[in-house]
Amino acid sequence: MAAVASTAAAGRKSFLRRNAVWWLALAFVILLPQVAHSGTAIAVLNQMCIMVIFSLSYNMLLGQGGMLSFGHAVYFGLGGYFAMHLIQIASAAGFFMPLPLTPLAGGLAGLLFGLIFGSFSTNRAGTVFAMISLGIGELIAASSLIFVKFSGGEEGITGDRTDLTPLFGVNFGRDYQVYYVIAAWMILSAWLMYRFSRTPLGRMANAVRDNPERAEFVGYSQKRVRLLSFMAAGFFAGIAGGLFALNYEIVTEETVNLTTSGVVLLQAYIGGVGFFAGPIVGAVVYTLLQTLLSNYTEIWAFYVGLIFVATVMYAPTGLTGIIMMHQPIYRAGKLRSLALPYLQVGAPALCCAIGVIGLLELLHFVSVRAVGQSTKHLFWMTINVGQPTPWIVFALLTVGGFLVARRQAPKLTAAWDAATAQLHARGER
Amino acid sequence: MLELTVFSLLNGLVYGLLLFMLSAGLTLIFSMMGVLNFAHASLYMLGAYFAYSISTKVGFWPGLVVAPVLVGLVGALIERYGLRNVHRYGHVAELIFTFGIAFLIDEFVQLVWGKQTMDYHGPGILNFPLFALWGIDFPAYKAFMLAISIGIFIALLVVLTRTRVGLIIQAAISHPNQVAMLGHNVPLVFTGVFGFGSALAGLAGVIAGPELGTFPGMAAVLGSIVFVVIVVGGLGSLWGAFLASLLIGMLQTFAVAVDYSLGDLFAKIGIPLSKTSALSDLYTATVAQIGPILPYLLLVLILIFRPTGLLGKREV
Repeated sequence: MAAVASTAAAGRKSFLRRNAVWWLALAFVILLPQVAHSGTAIAVLNQMCIMVIFSLSYNMLLGQGGMLSFGHAVYFGLGGYFAMHLIQIASAAGFFMPLPLTPLAGGLAGLLFGLIFGSFSTNRAGTVFAMISLGIGELIAASSLIFVKFSGGEEGITGDRTDLTPLFGVNFGRDYQVYYVIAAWMILSAWLMYRFSRTPLGRMANAVRDNPERAEFVGYSQKRVRLLSFMAAGFFAGIAGGLFALNYEIVTEETVNLTTSGVVLLQAYIGGVGFFAGPIVGAVVYTLLQTLLSNYTEIWAFYVGLIFVATVMYAPTGLTGIIMMHQPIYRAGKLRSLALPYLQVGAPALCCAIGVIGLLELLHFVSVRAVGQSTKHLFWMTINVGQPTPWIVFALLTVGGFLVARRQAPKLTAAWDAATAQLHARGER
Repeated sequence: MLELTVFSLLNGLVYGLLLFMLSAGLTLIFSMMGVLNFAHASLYMLGAYFAYSISTKVGFWPGLVVAPVLVGLVGALIERYGLRNVHRYGHVAELIFTFGIAFLIDEFVQLVWGKQTMDYHGPGILNFPLFALWGIDFPAYKAFMLAISIGIFIALLVVLTRTRVGLIIQAAISHPNQVAMLGHNVPLVFTGVFGFGSALAGLAGVIAGPELGTFPGMAAVLGSIVFVVIVVGGLGSLWGAFLASLLIGMLQTFAVAVDYSLGDLFAKIGIPLSKTSALSDLYTATVAQIGPILPYLLLVLILIFRPTGLLGKREV
């Protein structure tokens, strides 16, 4: 008896400890509004949490299943439409529908359409899958403008979440009240998706991604494994869409179209598709760039595009990959040896970035300025764009910074090799 | 009915051949490098904007030559300094890279030229009706578009099948290693083909800009359609791209003219359907309304039932 009780206690303890990260995350999102409680901050947080779920669901396809989708917004948007219809019907008919459960309608819609579209698109991965997903994406986006009864056409469909029966006296009229619903769904979905990636099915999805033929020889149908991952991804995208409907109280064609599908690819890739946490980092960074950077510059999307292309070219493991690369060096206490080389490359690279930003901002200003306008505020300076000096300075910064950074790069490589060489020698990675 | 058919045929031909100019470059690039270039339609848009800027300074005709060359250079640079580096990460990474470039070009266009539609129009010398049938004018500019597209098609055919460069390109498509063994610079051929394909897209933009409008969304309008064309035609097949271009061109122009819906068809055979049910959109939408989704329906069907496309030899 005592032995049983003690193993049970140990099991409980290890359950708590095993999930420590999740408890911390839960505490973090609950306490976050205490720090960031302004209206804007809550709005940003809501969007961020929705995007975290959406990006994580996308990575079930790209990162874990090796399926590059250009139409993942289909499940997000359809989830939004169905959740919104549920809100409309429930508030019109007056039956009891707890608001926190409405995203489930979106999730189920995502699951259903994942089954329908997945049944013929998951036969193979790679380019075929990418093209079919693109075709379905365009199909649904165009259809959502045609079938007006369902989608409301260009205006989209709207609803009022406070029309639902209040739950324990809360009518969810305020943004922060919805925040807790969204945050709870985010933690729950993220945890479920993480658990999914640890199930035999999740592991087989990795196997099918890496070598479909061998997975078949082990006795798994690559199509079925892909289809199941695809449906799960559709489900969570639908949940995210349902939360979107709940938060913004409007669902339009924009939620299903190719731009949204592109954004989720951008987020997941910038964050790093090779890691579970990658899309979370990507969604957080993207939302911050989108909401904060757009206060300062109209061409923020161009900068995001630059970051994306740079990621694809130079850091295909994404931001998370870059951070994780430093982990073994940090553990060996060698991080300090990299500080100087980083500074030597980073400083000129920063100069180059300032030059590029300056040139782009001036170029943009010249093309969109009103007649007679000739001064622009940039980097806390007032710049007269009619004179050649600022252009020349920014051009010099760009070219000079690039050349110096390239010259210094071998030092960084050497320092990196030196730091990792000892690890390799000790047999660690 | 006859006039409708004739004009739909003519417009479909103009539109289809324009699609061919885009898809020819795309399918050539694909067959050489195995890369579906997402940025192809963005390069088409870049061509229109370049030509617009040139036309405001020196007129339409210099832009017709200079803009495609500039776009070709941009394409060659993308291949040489971008795509070639990404190649080692595999095809999916290449696809994502070209997607990023497309995103970047679209944003760049808005950065430089703004969001509004440009006042880009064809040369005044072509601003007259070429002929009129049943009281409907056929503009000379459309005939000019037709002439350019046909000229490009013939030139492409001659270059690829009758010249030494064309032979090397064809050989490099099927046997790149052997061509390299024979002393040809295959990477240079790749860059050249990518640049040439981009220039073709640019030229398409130059001549389509005045007709279809020069605005930041013009790449999105044609981008996915061009993919449909090359997949339906069969990846890597020039003749397939030609056939599919005309097919899609006709499909889209004829769909606009057909004002019947599924409901009308059912009513005709004696099954009247309710006009008020929640699903009534499905059968009250006319063919003209669902025209925009037809190509994508075709794409999905082709990919399911005939992944090689109409004339292609290899699967996507």
